[in-house]
Amino acid sequence: MAAKMADSKRSVMLSDILVNGVLVLICLVWTIPTFGLLVSSFRTRDDIQTSGWWTIFPHREWRVTEEYPPGDVDSRAVMTFEGLSGTFEEFREGVEGNGVRVQWIGNRRTGRIEIQERVWTTRTDFTLANYANVLSGKTYEIRQPNGSIKTEQGDNFNNAFFNSLTVAIPATVIPVLIAAFAAYGFAWMRFPGRKALFILVVALLVVPLQIALVPILRDYVALQLNGTFLAIWLAHTGFGLPLAIYLLYNYISSLPRDILESAFMDGASHFVIFTRLILPLSVPALASFAIFQYLWVWNDYLVALIFIGSKPDVQVLTMRLADMVGSRGADWHLLTAGAFVSMALPLAVFLLLQRFFVRGLLAGSVKG
Amino acid sequence: MQQAKKLAGQPASGSSNGGGSAIVQTFLSITAAIVTFLVLWQGFLFLRDSTAPKWVIAIIAILWGVGGVAALYFVANSLIEQLPLKLRDAVLPYLFVGPAMAILIWYLALPTVRTFWFSLLDRNSVNFVGLQNYIDVFSERFMLEAFRNNLVWIVVGATSSVLIGLLVAILADRSRFENLAKSLIFLPMAISMVGAGVIWNFIYEVRDAADPQIGLLNAIVVALGGQPQAWTSLIQPWNNLFLIVIVIWLQSGFAMVLFSAAIKGVPSEVLEAARMDGATEVQVFFRIMLPIIRPTVITVSTTVVIFTLKIFDVVMVMTGGQFGTDVIATQFYRQYFSNRNFGLGSTIAMVLLIAVIPVMIYNLRQFREREAF
Repeated sequence: MAAKMADSKRSVMLSDILVNGVLVLICLVWTIPTFGLLVSSFRTRDDIQTSGWWTIFPHREWRVTEEYPPGDVDSRAVMTFEGLSGTFEEFREGVEGNGVRVQWIGNRRTGRIEIQERVWTTRTDFTLANYANVLSGKTYEIRQPNGSIKTEQGDNFNNAFFNSLTVAIPATVIPVLIAAFAAYGFAWMRFPGRKALFILVVALLVVPLQIALVPILRDYVALQLNGTFLAIWLAHTGFGLPLAIYLLYNYISSLPRDILESAFMDGASHFVIFTRLILPLSVPALASFAIFQYLWVWNDYLVALIFIGSKPDVQVLTMRLADMVGSRGADWHLLTAGAFVSMALPLAVFLLLQRFFVRGLLAGSVKG
Repeated sequence: MQQAKKLAGQPASGSSNGGGSAIVQTFLSITAAIVTFLVLWQGFLFLRDSTAPKWVIAIIAILWGVGGVAALYFVANSLIEQLPLKLRDAVLPYLFVGPAMAILIWYLALPTVRTFWFSLLDRNSVNFVGLQNYIDVFSERFMLEAFRNNLVWIVVGATSSVLIGLLVAILADRSRFENLAKSLIFLPMAISMVGAGVIWNFIYEVRDAADPQIGLLNAIVVALGGQPQAWTSLIQPWNNLFLIVIVIWLQSGFAMVLFSAAIKGVPSEVLEAARMDGATEVQVFFRIMLPIIRPTVITVSTTVVIFTLKIFDVVMVMTGGQFGTDVIATQFYRQYFSNRNFGLGSTIAMVLLIAVIPVMIYNLRQFREREAF
């Protein structure tokens, strides 16, 4: 009996290690990509281009301790330096032994011999310059490896950041407000067409928004709305409304009926009940959907591309970043900083309000 | 209850007051409405033409947009309250649901019909061509490639997301650092697909074999003695898988959160009883847990499949649809906005719609089964 107990104890411990081990592994795989980006955004341009971001951690690297001209040797034959011998080709690659590496740098005639030692080192030369350059719209100068100075245009993420804010805040609040009115109407009012209209809402839950882009773009061109903030607010409102109405209806219709009835008895109008009673009571549901919609709008690329693509001045962060991937895809010091600028606000909102967000997801998770 | 009492102190509406003040009320309401419209119109003109600093425009735009909608509801309500009681009760519901429904119909319901109509016209939307576009969509080589890729996206991407989400949910449920683990896996949900594209482009970055690799994947490959690869462009058709990884990374967290909640809902007595009877953990999972969380599995799978079906940003940012990575949504964009082939573009959008119709029917059926509407 005792042996059996010990046995089961051991198997519990074993499965505990297995569970946590696998989980840690998955967590690492999930976190490392973002971590690498974050670290890189603070590294200097030269560091990023010549070494992986993981070199910020202690690692062993060959470091030059001594160098001298090869002197009078026949580079066509086998040579010996520091007690290591090899051909010219081998020394070009580096010959290791006795705890050092000997390398021939340069060509046969004007080259030099480097004695390198393997030492523990970290590359922690961090800078905020990438962020400064990405955010500002002004030109700045960079010193290139060969000593010349090159002038670059800033990427003006500042501008795009304000555009993203201007798009995202109303495109979050407007659908929440409109949907709350509609949800109240469906939940607490009786009128002809109520059921048909709500069925329409349910049917539209999963309609892909691609279906709407073409006709709406035509309307916008005809109304000269293209590239205005109003246009993109309305578009996001339209695409977010089915889910918003559905979620808020579920919440508002489940509020206790007697609260409303006694308010009616006291002569309050629907409008007053809605603004003074229902809205405050629905804050959790409103917040859940608002976070959902905010993340969706802020991270959206397609809708912005189509409805404000023609106006560079109104570009939002995702468009700006996508443009940068296309135009300067190798400038990792700028791309990493730019990507992080575009992610900072949603990440902060997400981390602070995760609880609400999860509640929203659980309440309903079908968006067109 | 307290709050309801307080409300009673206020006059409910204008028309319940005396005759003289009713006229004043009506006058005020109409004036307020006119002033609101004028202010909003001026705001619109200002925002359209202004060259003020960006942050000033941002603040004014936010105030104008958010305040404008609230003001319109308020003004409309005070106008309706001037109506005779009976008419008012008939009109009021439409103030509440009307704006939402108008926007829904303009932005989603009508476009469905209009896009269908465009899909029957030629590339310039002039001549009626019947089903020719549909025939093209299902026979052109580039479309077949897009369908193939999208199918791979759904089969590999959606399945992996669901399975990894389920795995993490189960593991986290038994772990001591459950919340931390869940937060870390969930975090990519807050990252845009464009941002994720940059993150993963950096991981897939390839350098000349002689230089140090700065992309993590190639650094690992080289350290293990392999040759650096251009993961997203050269190794067709496998490059698609490297794009799919990004979406698995993005949406496994979503699946995990829903599964995690469902697993927590499984009564622990049932699980304990099964274990007492000698069921292995695997049996407990497949025979007891899985049947109970089946509805969640269906919801999550549908959502993830629909999401993957419409995948656009990732492909656009990573490869722009080159190197044989086009999917339906990128072809839609290319046909409509680059090639200006409105007929074909609309048809591709219709294909996306047709693909989700089963889900739509399922949703409607679920809704009908719910009583008490």
